[in-house]
Amino acid sequence: MNDWTQRTEGIVYQRCSACSHVWYFRRSFCPRCGTTDVAALQASGTGTIYAVTEVMRAPSEPLRAHAPYAIALVDMDEGFRMMAHVERGIDIGGRVRARFVAFGDGIVPQFTRVLP
Amino acid sequence: MSWITGAGLTAYGKHPGHSTVDLMSTAAAAALADAGLLRGDIDGLLTGYSTTFPHLMLSTVFAEHFGIEPRYAHAIQLGGGTGFAMAMLAHHVVEAGLARNVLVVAGENRLTGQSRDAAVQTLAQVGHPAYEVPMGATIPAYYGLVASRYMHEVGLSERDLAQLAVLMRGHAQRHPGAQFREPIGVDDVLASKPVATPLKLLDCCPVSDGGAAFVVSRDRVNDFAVRIIGTGQAHTHQHVSAAPSLTQFGAGASTRTAMGTAKVDIGDFDYAAIYDSFTITLAILLEEIGLAPRGASGRLAAEGHFARDGALPLNTHGGLLSYGHCGVGGAMAHLVETHLQLTGRAGDRQAGSPRLALLHGDGGVLSSHVSLVLERAA
Repeated sequence: MNDWTQRTEGIVYQRCSACSHVWYFRRSFCPRCGTTDVAALQASGTGTIYAVTEVMRAPSEPLRAHAPYAIALVDMDEGFRMMAHVERGIDIGGRVRARFVAFGDGIVPQFTRVLP
Repeated sequence: MSWITGAGLTAYGKHPGHSTVDLMSTAAAAALADAGLLRGDIDGLLTGYSTTFPHLMLSTVFAEHFGIEPRYAHAIQLGGGTGFAMAMLAHHVVEAGLARNVLVVAGENRLTGQSRDAAVQTLAQVGHPAYEVPMGATIPAYYGLVASRYMHEVGLSERDLAQLAVLMRGHAQRHPGAQFREPIGVDDVLASKPVATPLKLLDCCPVSDGGAAFVVSRDRVNDFAVRIIGTGQAHTHQHVSAAPSLTQFGAGASTRTAMGTAKVDIGDFDYAAIYDSFTITLAILLEEIGLAPRGASGRLAAEGHFARDGALPLNTHGGLLSYGHCGVGGAMAHLVETHLQLTGRAGDRQAGSPRLALLHGDGGVLSSHVSLVLERAA
């Protein structure tokens, strides 16, 4: 399974087999009901912008060259929320799809506009 | 019942050459002098943490350095909520009979003790190490995200947020210890350098050196008659990605618990001390707690509602935004100022004769909430 946090191009989320709860930060149990019967799934990569900011002041020298860059919270179609980079100029409510770009020491998801 | 029997505060800003324990010691000595207590009277100690002096046992490091031998001591960590959480704990510690006089103290050379990049990077670690920090996210970015959504939902404008920065600066002008005292207007805030949209430099609190302390006592040891009568907490998430809502953060729930224990209502308060790491933080907290209608905090500030002579004087020392923010001590300055107000000792900042104060702090990204109700007893 491709997972950008492991440097392969994809987004992984989890779903509880018992209560159907869906979440993003990986763990070995369901944070709602506690069962360990959880499945890791590949996300489609499409979602809707929930919140967005353009970062003008990067936290470190290696990232300074990238600034300004936009960071968003994206509500994914599968029902979980994630933080990612986003193409600048996309507003809250915009439909987006993920691609993956080099950033810092690894890769990060960067969402771009999906044309209606 | 517990009494806040003394309070001490350093100026915030630059204290080059002063370490974490130096600043803690200065503030602690001031708090003891204020209370009229001696080192030997202190049998409880609560400390927070310092990013420039990470230590496994800050409380006992400080106890040894300052010269006290408490029978109850430890450090706690709750980000910006730590100071009020320590006050809450001290209240319960003295109520439980574990100690008679608990010293609560914080200090940090956060500004001069490290590089600006180091401060920004350390603070960004409240984000998720695998899922958020790799984005190049910073504390202003997390709050920029919150601001974008909150403003979208309630109709708050950047000009509204600017009103809150102007309010805090106006208050700081009357405090000689404030880090920033030059007058600013709404247009200055709007024209200041963008940091993480929609937040600009003057929407953000500074990084400061400073120290703050207070003593929470089981008995009234002096003429000050300020007591803690209500406490509450709420913790809904750590990371902004996992926040259940960006309009309901737990501030309302925490405050309702505190008001419930104090048996008071939101309309009873005549002083407020509310965490203001960013203008958006202050706006959200005021509005979620119910001290302003949704979307109306900036308008109320512009109308003088939160002024010294307004209906609800707010952060009369200038808040984090203008007095400064040295970490754990940041919000403790709000409590020290509240103590001065409730004891009628705020000098030309005195806001009438307040009797009942609401204090609210948050840590992380509006993640951890702590509320206190303080009363001036008859």
